[in-house]
Amino acid sequence: MSHDTTPRPDDAGYLIRSASLLGGAPTDLLVRGGVIAALGPDAGRDAGTDAVTIDADGLVALPGMVDLHTHLREPGREDAETVETGSRAAALGGFTAIHAMANSSPVADTAGVVEQVYRLGLASGWVEVRPVGAVTVGLGGERLAELGAMAESRAGVRVFSDDGICVHDPVLMRRALEYVKAFDGVIAQHAQEPRLTEGAQMNEGDVSAVLGLTGWPAVAEESIIARDVLLAQHVGSRLHVCHVSTAGSVEIIRWAKARGIDVTAEVTPHHLLLTDELVRSYDPVYKVNPPLRTSDDVHALRAALADGTIDVVGTDHAPHPSEHKECEWAQAAMGMTGLETALSVVQHAMVETGLLDWEGFARVTSATPARIGRLAHQGRPLAVGEPANLILVDPAARWTVDPSTMATKGRNSPFRGLELPGRVRATFFGGHPTVLDGSLATPRSTPRSAPHASQSAQAGAQGDLQGGEAPAWNI
Amino acid sequence: MKHLLSTQDLSARSALRLLDTAEEMAAVGEREIKKLPALRGRTVVNLFFEDSTRTRISFEAAAKRLSADVINFAAKGSSVSKGESLKDTAQTLEAMSADAVVIRHPASGAPARLAASGWIDAAVVNAGDGTHEHPTQALLDAFTLRRHWARITGTPSAGTTLAGMKVLIVGDVLHSRVARSNVWLLTTLGAEVLLAGPPTLLPVGVGSWPCRVFYNLDDALAERPDAVMMLRLQAERMNAAFFPSTREYSRRWGFDDGRLALLDTMGLDDTVIMHPGPMNRGLEISSAAADSPRSTVLAQVRNGVSVRMAALYLLLSGDPQDDDDAVDGRADQDDPPATTPEGRTP
Repeated sequence: MSHDTTPRPDDAGYLIRSASLLGGAPTDLLVRGGVIAALGPDAGRDAGTDAVTIDADGLVALPGMVDLHTHLREPGREDAETVETGSRAAALGGFTAIHAMANSSPVADTAGVVEQVYRLGLASGWVEVRPVGAVTVGLGGERLAELGAMAESRAGVRVFSDDGICVHDPVLMRRALEYVKAFDGVIAQHAQEPRLTEGAQMNEGDVSAVLGLTGWPAVAEESIIARDVLLAQHVGSRLHVCHVSTAGSVEIIRWAKARGIDVTAEVTPHHLLLTDELVRSYDPVYKVNPPLRTSDDVHALRAALADGTIDVVGTDHAPHPSEHKECEWAQAAMGMTGLETALSVVQHAMVETGLLDWEGFARVTSATPARIGRLAHQGRPLAVGEPANLILVDPAARWTVDPSTMATKGRNSPFRGLELPGRVRATFFGGHPTVLDGSLATPRSTPRSAPHASQSAQAGAQGDLQGGEAPAWNI
Repeated sequence: MKHLLSTQDLSARSALRLLDTAEEMAAVGEREIKKLPALRGRTVVNLFFEDSTRTRISFEAAAKRLSADVINFAAKGSSVSKGESLKDTAQTLEAMSADAVVIRHPASGAPARLAASGWIDAAVVNAGDGTHEHPTQALLDAFTLRRHWARITGTPSAGTTLAGMKVLIVGDVLHSRVARSNVWLLTTLGAEVLLAGPPTLLPVGVGSWPCRVFYNLDDALAERPDAVMMLRLQAERMNAAFFPSTREYSRRWGFDDGRLALLDTMGLDDTVIMHPGPMNRGLEISSAAADSPRSTVLAQVRNGVSVRMAALYLLLSGDPQDDDDAVDGRADQDDPPATTPEGRTP
């Protein structure tokens, strides 16, 4: 792949040669003015002589990935991650939109905090950063946060979650599900019955019995999901289940969907690949919540993602400073980084096993998460006139995971040392390449800059891009 | 053997080597001068993040009888609540050139973490980690059982396994590092292990362990065990709804006077009663049982020093029988440990 180094070529456009659209036949794409301006033979014809040509022979073109579950740590734990570093990692990982979880400090439970995160995202310009609003004040599980104010803020919050903590009070959960119907919101539940998981350190089973670590039983997740799907049915609202980790949860969600309940579910890359056998090392890099489960669970989760029972992949990217992992297991923080490995792990676990083709990959990593988060301009088809949020992936590449070279501040990758397939060669975010040749290029220009204004005007003409009130990416 | 972290990863060969060496160490303890020069100039750090006077003084006596320099580092709470990390503590000990670190820690896996982290080069001995393992306790239990077994079968203790022996472990298996270490070690040595306790205090996953599980102690005793090991019931379990009351626990799973008499009635004259200590008399074990001739409680304490001497000796002086470089036939050519008392020449 080669490209020119013209200073501001976004307006002249990018002619992507011979990319395999969703794994199909090689096709040319012209990206210009923030959209896919032309496809096929038209692309070359329409491209001006000043367009940058990118040779994408052997590369797969996919819609930019959309993560419903990212921890960016800012405000509060800028030593762990910032919006800037996390969104750089996201761009390198093939994402064009990420949802920043609410468990920052202060908690994102007011319009002020979500707008702060949102503005930091705009200023960074690597991906679209959509704040998730807390369901309850301070994640305290006692009273509802001002969900409406967050929904109507500049951040336009649609996804609400106390992630990290379960909304365990059934009345509060019912009210939250009911309330967000007013603005088409969704409650993303961290399903973990708190009493059943007091002091829990790892999956409860054969391995925990040997290691003497307090168990986190599957039933603590499944019982909450069972309750919540029934609540969602009762009040006619939308429920999203974060990081489903057990075979039993899959069965409950399958049952709920069969009954027509409006539930969606997410699985993390690490739960698609890793098992609790790794905990035998007592290395806290494998400590995560919900915990790594058994290989039976892994296979059930893969099958569920393939058959649509589980709708999306969410990274649960959770960077931690090294001192929170270089310690005893029980003292260590829970969580793993994931933005820069998600594509490779999903390719390895789902595509190379034949469970998903690239079209299916695009569905679970882009189209469906965008729909759940109500991001009308993300996860779109690769078609003329659609916003140019897309990535070029080299599926034949093989690389060995080295956390020390990652863009995230977190060094806590459980895939360290693994050889994985697939690399992101380019990421286009709103028509601008944030990643080229597999390396960070430049962020998309900020809203105040001149080139953006013209682009915004063009974008406003596109029906999919929502003119008027606060469509996030073209403010 | 570079570290002694668990009995689960201990081969039968290494376990026997430890026990046989402990027999030789025990002989030293019976001499007038109870000291060997084997570890002179070596430094052993007792790093205790949890109070345990019994285990610490046992390790201290073992190291001193081998002429090692001993540093006691009572680090209780420092990792957990005072901010200094295990990593910093380990690196401090490394800077002091510790040759072995004997670690007791409330977190399961802390010794394994220390050994694998690269923070320290010293040999790591697990002196009890959380609810994971307590390998030297299991070794001293096995040593005690082997001597008992040898006595009643009229064979020498050294070199023999526990094949044919039936050992019943009773009580809070879920939270017991002693139980875990014993399950692996005793089965590795050929014994049959039975577990008895309330279902709430047996771990989910116990079904994959190499032992039979009983919820009723009397049913387990009807299997005619050669040894009954009573586990300590810790105070913090008593109010956490694991069982209705201590009296009910004691009636159903305590080794009381009635069960002591039952051993006689059943003609189990050679069955011993073990307890790792400290005992809750009247709760998991009656005073009559604890003080009966069947009780091995004091022998266990005595044997603890020999077993810990063996562990430190084999870790620090370079075991010629190490599994890592074991060659067939070498078992017949090994050098005996240097059991010559300090200050004397043979």
